[in-house]
Amino acid sequence: MIETALLYLFCAASLAGGVLMLVLRHPMRVALALIATMLSLAAIYALLGVHVIAVFQVLIYVGAVMVFMVYVIMLLDVRDRSFVERYSGMLVPGVIGGAVFAVVLALLGLSGGAAAPGAPGTAPFALQPFAAAFLNDYWLYFELTSVLLVIAVVAALAVIKERGDKLG
Amino acid sequence: MDKTQLLLAVSFGLFAIGLTGVVVRRNVLVMLMCMELMLNAVNLALVTFAQQGASTIGAVLVFLIFVVAASEIAIAIPIVLLLIRRGRTLDIGAYTVLKG
Repeated sequence: MIETALLYLFCAASLAGGVLMLVLRHPMRVALALIATMLSLAAIYALLGVHVIAVFQVLIYVGAVMVFMVYVIMLLDVRDRSFVERYSGMLVPGVIGGAVFAVVLALLGLSGGAAAPGAPGTAPFALQPFAAAFLNDYWLYFELTSVLLVIAVVAALAVIKERGDKLG
Repeated sequence: MDKTQLLLAVSFGLFAIGLTGVVVRRNVLVMLMCMELMLNAVNLALVTFAQQGASTIGAVLVFLIFVVAASEIAIAIPIVLLLIRRGRTLDIGAYTVLKG
């Protein structure tokens, strides 16, 4: 019972964080709202029983990606037009389009969910079969992610080097 | 409303909010964060379905998406920094050259 209440609470918190991202002015506050949304999502994952994914959501998203983002925001404290005016000229069509998109998505996605085999959170998530499947059956993808990370690092270095050539 | 539909509704709502944010906000970094929000929304739907089907494959896919998201942000932020060094502003309206 309390789990259901907590699930509703964290769902509401994540949606509230998303709405705050749309209305807050300062990028740092938007980043904090996004961090709150991600932590709520991590709590939802923990309530569903996938604790490993919840931990990785906190570690990778909040710990790595958002810290990176916060550093960039502090580095670029530019008080320009984007700070004074929050919204671009696409405000009205963007909001209308987003609302229509949400309604269409809800109509299409929520209507056909009758044949559900079981409610989420009922199946136990065991770490051991997951790890065995990850490194036995899907080892190729595991190796490919390391290649992808190397490519990302090299690309970031290439972008920074190009910037240094032009300005330095 | 049962649990699956609640989580799917939250996922759809977050995705729509992220899409709206990318369209309506003026700040480049805020747009980037709204893209992250869309990725999180899709991840929530994926975890919901993976839990429903009790599949370890879904959990593996979620991990791969985490890695892809991390490398995406690692490339996107230097590109934004490069753009800002060129244009000296975070205002997306100043980069109309990118319309092509």
